[in-house]
Amino acid sequence: MTTALILIAILLLGSAAAAMLRRNLIHSALLLIASWAGVAAFYLWAGAEFVAFAQVLIYVGAISMVVLFAVLLTRQNPVAELPAEPASRMRALTGITVAVCTAAILSAAILSSKFTPAADTAPQTSVKQIGLELMHRHGTALLIVGVILTVALLGATILAATDAKEKPEDRP
Amino acid sequence: MTLPVQYLWLIPALPLLAAGIGALTPRNGRNLAAGSAILAMAVAFVLSCFALNGALQAPATHAVYNFAWFDLGHDALRLGLLLDPLTAFMCVMVTFVGLLIFIFSLDYMKEDPNYSRFFCFMSLFAAAMLGLLVANSLLLLFICWELVGLASYLLIGFWFHKPSAAAAAKKAFITTRIGDLGLLLGMLWLYDSSGSLLFYDGGHGVLEAANLASLTGQTLSCGLAVSTAIGLLIFCGAAGKSGQFPLHVWLPDAMEGPTPVSALIHAATMVAAGVFLVARAYPLMSADTLIATAPVHALTVVAFIGALTALLGALIACGQTDIKRVLAFSTVSQLGYMMLALGVGSWTAAIFHLLTHAFFKALLFLGAGSVIHAAHHEQDIRSLGGLRPRMKITFATFAIGMMALSGVPFLFSGFWSKEAILHAAHEWNVSPLPLYAGLTAVVLTAFYMTRLVAETFFGQARSPAAEHAHENHAVMTGPLVLLAVGAVLLGFLGTPACPWLQARLSGTELHSSMSQLFASGGLLLLSIGLVGAGLVTGWWLYGRKLRQTAEHRDPLAVASPAVMAALASRLGFDELYAATVGRLNSLTAALANGLDRWVIGGLVNFLGQFGVFSGTLSRETAESTLNHGFDQVSASIRGSGQRYSRAQTGEAHGYLRVIAMAFIVLVLLLVLGGSR
Amino acid sequence: MTPLHLCLLISTGLFCIGLAGALARSNTILVLLGIELMLNAANLNFIAFWRFGPPSPPANGMIFVLFSIAVAAAEAAVGLALIIAVYRHQNNIRLQDATRLKG
Repeated sequence: MTTALILIAILLLGSAAAAMLRRNLIHSALLLIASWAGVAAFYLWAGAEFVAFAQVLIYVGAISMVVLFAVLLTRQNPVAELPAEPASRMRALTGITVAVCTAAILSAAILSSKFTPAADTAPQTSVKQIGLELMHRHGTALLIVGVILTVALLGATILAATDAKEKPEDRP
Repeated sequence: MTLPVQYLWLIPALPLLAAGIGALTPRNGRNLAAGSAILAMAVAFVLSCFALNGALQAPATHAVYNFAWFDLGHDALRLGLLLDPLTAFMCVMVTFVGLLIFIFSLDYMKEDPNYSRFFCFMSLFAAAMLGLLVANSLLLLFICWELVGLASYLLIGFWFHKPSAAAAAKKAFITTRIGDLGLLLGMLWLYDSSGSLLFYDGGHGVLEAANLASLTGQTLSCGLAVSTAIGLLIFCGAAGKSGQFPLHVWLPDAMEGPTPVSALIHAATMVAAGVFLVARAYPLMSADTLIATAPVHALTVVAFIGALTALLGALIACGQTDIKRVLAFSTVSQLGYMMLALGVGSWTAAIFHLLTHAFFKALLFLGAGSVIHAAHHEQDIRSLGGLRPRMKITFATFAIGMMALSGVPFLFSGFWSKEAILHAAHEWNVSPLPLYAGLTAVVLTAFYMTRLVAETFFGQARSPAAEHAHENHAVMTGPLVLLAVGAVLLGFLGTPACPWLQARLSGTELHSSMSQLFASGGLLLLSIGLVGAGLVTGWWLYGRKLRQTAEHRDPLAVASPAVMAALASRLGFDELYAATVGRLNSLTAALANGLDRWVIGGLVNFLGQFGVFSGTLSRETAESTLNHGFDQVSASIRGSGQRYSRAQTGEAHGYLRVIAMAFIVLVLLLVLGGSR
Repeated sequence: MTPLHLCLLISTGLFCIGLAGALARSNTILVLLGIELMLNAANLNFIAFWRFGPPSPPANGMIFVLFSIAVAAAEAAVGLALIIAVYRHQNNIRLQDATRLKG
């Protein structure tokens, strides 16, 4: 049980860390897909099958495609590929320091807290139960999320669409 | 038919829905936007009448419907709806006046390309105001309060391509925000000390006896009761929205918006909000009057600010030449009256005046709009004139509004409501000054309104625009006539002989007798005399010898140019604020940086300069040192501003990093502090 | 060390990798993906507490995660569209160059 969790963690954290370190954006995106798949594996391990499938569908299926498209559409020309200047090296250093500090604080907090040992089996939750919960107790929230997604879709379309009135010579 | 309190949310929700429809209609969907706005207001008006009907059946009770907004720990933040005669009367007034203004705008805004946007904003404005009226929670009221501010910003700056309109919108928003800060602080303090923000909650609300007793029981170190301090903070917000001195400066500039907007702001929605807030929180504001030892009572401050505003507004109105600005300052003055009434303890008189004022001020503004529309956006009364034969309906209704505002006796509503206020001020035993200020303002009001009517409608046309003016459509004159009827009839709801409105508002028994009418005979006669004096003086100065050309000097300016110039420049309040508050920012920045520079590097600099000074004794060198020093000072001041702006890098990384670092520091503080 | 501890530590690790990426990388796409990782770490916590924590209303944690995924999807769509719009403007997507909106 714990062995499986550790394997999943290695896959998940390793690919995430590698994704953040790679210089090639395509590699980063592919590694992130692996990491998201690791998260889905974690959900499966924890017994939340439905969420795992949602994770696979949305992250591994949809968001990864959007990311790949964005990477391809914004491919930098070779001139813009500058070597790391001192300012950005400095920023990377402070960023990593801050992240390590946060990690230390959070880990210390987690390790110092006592949790009551839980049941060995996962809470039984059927898909039907989730559906009923979503439609009854969280019906309003579900509707609102629907609206948010629609608005986000429209907004994304408008933002990314080329302005028809823009003259070709204005474009860089 | 009655409207139960749990359905009260329909009243603000309908205009809000109309605003949503207006926002989504494309530019060519003009009729859809305007139609939905007017339909929503009409239905809201009908619902408000039902609500009023229900409220009048039990005027002394506060029907509430509270619900939890979200859970906070084991507690829940609760909002609520409230139905009592105060809410119901205000709702009926706002929806009725708003409806007429909407209808008027159909024609007035006809040529504007952003027609549907206009109706969207207007509906939003009305919805926010109605939400404010039905709120049973200071928090819900505050949310709607800010929405009112937002809508006013959008509408005052509706013609944002005019720089003056954009500036006026910004000024209105920022000035009222200063007051809102007070309201926000008051709200937080209130929540801290009473644990609730609901007005009425079956004995646990903030306006109910148990809580008021605990609030008046606590005193601050300076001797003020907590309720006084909270009351004064809430009054800050009210003063901002209702244009009370010293935050009145935004109200005249709000004239940059389209005229229906001015009518809505000045009559029904925005400025009424402040007076309504004080009336709503009246139990809290007046809770401290029983403490004899208190250094100051909240209501005393309200009364004096109100009296000062009434007087100042009326004075400045005498010197304005823009038809809308005269009306704007008269609003400032009338709002002062309402605050005065609240301060001297008669909130029913204040609401009575608020209701009558809404009718005749909407009438005057729409009348002015009618004139401006007919005269092709000529607003200077010196260039108008001679409109009486050309625009008969507008003139007749405007004259009714003018007489109601001046307080012409017996027939007009303004007379009765103003009389109620003066009567209340007369009975106030703290100080007679507010009464004197009110009486002086009566004379001035009659004077400047006579001047306005004489200049605008009499004499000969003094510009081509005025010559070619002709009466507007029935779409514009219809609302004028309806408002004029209201401006006459509304006064009879609250005459001293039969104070039905006041009795219903306060939920007391109605005592009607004709002898009440002349109970304060001396004051009644005095104020009638003062109105007469104002009218006669106005006519003697402006009506007797009518203005011939637009360039002709004002009779008042001939008599005393200095006074007229001071009044025309609005007694210099704008300049004063620009010179003090506006400069405070840059001054503080410069001062802080100068100090910083001199404290840290001062000693070193001084030693260095001393060395240079003692080393070179010649006069030229000394001069160059001095110059150098001056240069350094200027450079340091310049650098200071740049250094302060450096915190705003615009780099997302930096902001994100600050958030993460702040988290780390906060956690470390918490751990090292050892708390919890 | 219970399984819950372990799960929370994994989620902390994922969160901090995301944070480091968001803070350190200059490519806006990677910053956005770092933020996505942080969101995923929060979701891991929800599931961990749902599985090992004290009993709660049925499926509460799962439903929270579902909503969180939906919002993250919306965020990713808008964020990437914004990146494309920025790219069209300044011809690169370095976050430190996109400072035109500062006052």
